[in-house]
Amino acid sequence: MEWLTKFPEMDRTELREFKKSVDNAFTSFSRNYGEGIENFFDPLLSFLVGFEKLFLNTPWPITIFVILSICWLASRSFLIIFGTFLSFLLIGYFGMWEDTMSTLAIILVATLLCICIGIPIGIAMARSNKIQTLILPILDVMQTIPSFVYLIPVVMLLGIGKVPGLIAVCIYAIPPIVRLTNLGIRLVDKDILEASESFGANYWQKLFGVQIPLALPTIFAGVNQTIMMALAMVVIASMIGVQGLGLPVLRAISNQYLALGLMNGLAIVVLAIIFDRVTQRIGKRMQRYKSD
Amino acid sequence: MNNYIKIKNLYKIFGNNTSKALDLVKSGITKEELLEQTNCVLGLNDINLNIPKGKIHVIMGLSGSGKSTLIRHLNRLIEPTYGEITINGLNVLQLSNKELLEYRQKNMSMVFQKFALFPHKTILENISYGLMVQNISEEIYQEKSKFWLRRVGLEGYDQYYPNQLSGGMQQRVGLARALATDAEILLMDEAFSALDPLIRAEMQDVLIDLQLELKKTIVFITHDLDEALKIGERISILRDGSIVQDDNPQKIILNPSDNYVSDFIKDINRSRVIKAKSIMKKTISMKKEDVPIIDSEMVLEDVLQKITKTKHYFVHVKDNKNKIIGKITLKELLNGIQRPNKESKKYA
Repeated sequence: MEWLTKFPEMDRTELREFKKSVDNAFTSFSRNYGEGIENFFDPLLSFLVGFEKLFLNTPWPITIFVILSICWLASRSFLIIFGTFLSFLLIGYFGMWEDTMSTLAIILVATLLCICIGIPIGIAMARSNKIQTLILPILDVMQTIPSFVYLIPVVMLLGIGKVPGLIAVCIYAIPPIVRLTNLGIRLVDKDILEASESFGANYWQKLFGVQIPLALPTIFAGVNQTIMMALAMVVIASMIGVQGLGLPVLRAISNQYLALGLMNGLAIVVLAIIFDRVTQRIGKRMQRYKSD
Repeated sequence: MNNYIKIKNLYKIFGNNTSKALDLVKSGITKEELLEQTNCVLGLNDINLNIPKGKIHVIMGLSGSGKSTLIRHLNRLIEPTYGEITINGLNVLQLSNKELLEYRQKNMSMVFQKFALFPHKTILENISYGLMVQNISEEIYQEKSKFWLRRVGLEGYDQYYPNQLSGGMQQRVGLARALATDAEILLMDEAFSALDPLIRAEMQDVLIDLQLELKKTIVFITHDLDEALKIGERISILRDGSIVQDDNPQKIILNPSDNYVSDFIKDINRSRVIKAKSIMKKTISMKKEDVPIIDSEMVLEDVLQKITKTKHYFVHVKDNKNKIIGKITLKELLNGIQRPNKESKKYA
């Protein structure tokens, strides 16, 4: 009756061999193709670096002015402008300006990347149930798998640096925008689609004239979530060599610096709140036609 | 001309394995049996219908009778399982995807029960939609849309959004949107059913007014018999996906083809619908003095008023060329107003 109390498991040596063969296969894969893949991501790296440099080299008053103008255009709210202004002054005063700029750069690039990849995937999912059933489990995996697990192959392939960090952030942050794009398009009223069809609109006219505009508030909720999740990944991404607010937090953990950890952590929170409020306002303003 | 839209042996079955289900239906199986045996739903059952050009043709039935399904076959928002639809000699079912889009753009437009306006577009943009889809230049469609906006009485509302308008106004927009493309055929799917009675009557008048001038081929769907009688020049009654009677309104009321139809019409105010010409006898009395002469289009309610004011209890009927063509006695009048006796609860 031993098989009842002890799970009939694989032979130890066989298991070891199995793990070893997977590892070896991936190692040889990364040895053979790692460089090619790295080169493939080169444009992304230079884009990210350029962005970061732009943020770091611009004099801080101009940066704050530009940020405030963008916030104003997006939200039209004095409260948000004032809060943002105050937050950035405090961040600068407490010596976190440069780290904040690095973090802003990677968050913006990651969000852009997620939008460019995520929205088309969401549209494809909304168009066909087959694609949806194919992609949904992938999204589930991406959202639930512990991030450290996919950091391993990413680092094996691309080493330590900005690009693997960016990829890790994107893997974690892309699911909401894909899901909400899909959902938003699927939620568009069938009657309205039928009306569009009855006037002879083709697929693209329906998509860009009716479905996406009506799904935009939902899509924007997805963008908002994506930014939030990207910010949540900042600390983990700093483990594989991403500059920014995550690095001091990491240092604080290993050395038990309470103040350093708190300050940088709060800076991340402040960024998150600003991003959240501004993008929510944009989403609301997109639904202006709903109010009288 | 007379058979502008021709529908022949049209079947629609919803479900899987429709070809097997179609054979069963053709062999005479009922809707319930079909559902039980194949899990398929019979939507339309052997529809044959000719719709003339330039008239308002009403398709009437209770909910679930297949009327919305039927109208969506005309612009192929729903594909048939079997059958033939020709419009002005063109086999609509053989159009390729591209041709179909163009056909919908140029030849047909539709008005919806729940208006189905685009909530994110202004009223003017909504009306322009059918033209925008055709990639017509902005100048032209702006001008056309403004014309139709005025025509349906909504001048000055160009920049409003649909939810800022009342239901009746929204459906005026829906109507203008459909008319703006100058399509010959107008499909109206319970277009006024969602409106309250007064507004509904007003919209019916708007439609009748427009139709006097435009002479479109209108396929109008409704479950409301009064509405059908008011605007329909011909009425097809649909039941469980089959047409049970296809006739002009007067004949439907005076000669319902079966118990279902007579049950349908039993609650209407006959005296307000039946016209003098439908019940008159083609004999003319010798007495000329004191006999009122009425128009052949007069409804019985008004005839009654005239007849009770005479000594002889009959009236003469004249046609639109002022020629006396017949007479109506009090007895015939009462016969016409009286409900036919053959009604029963069980349908044939």
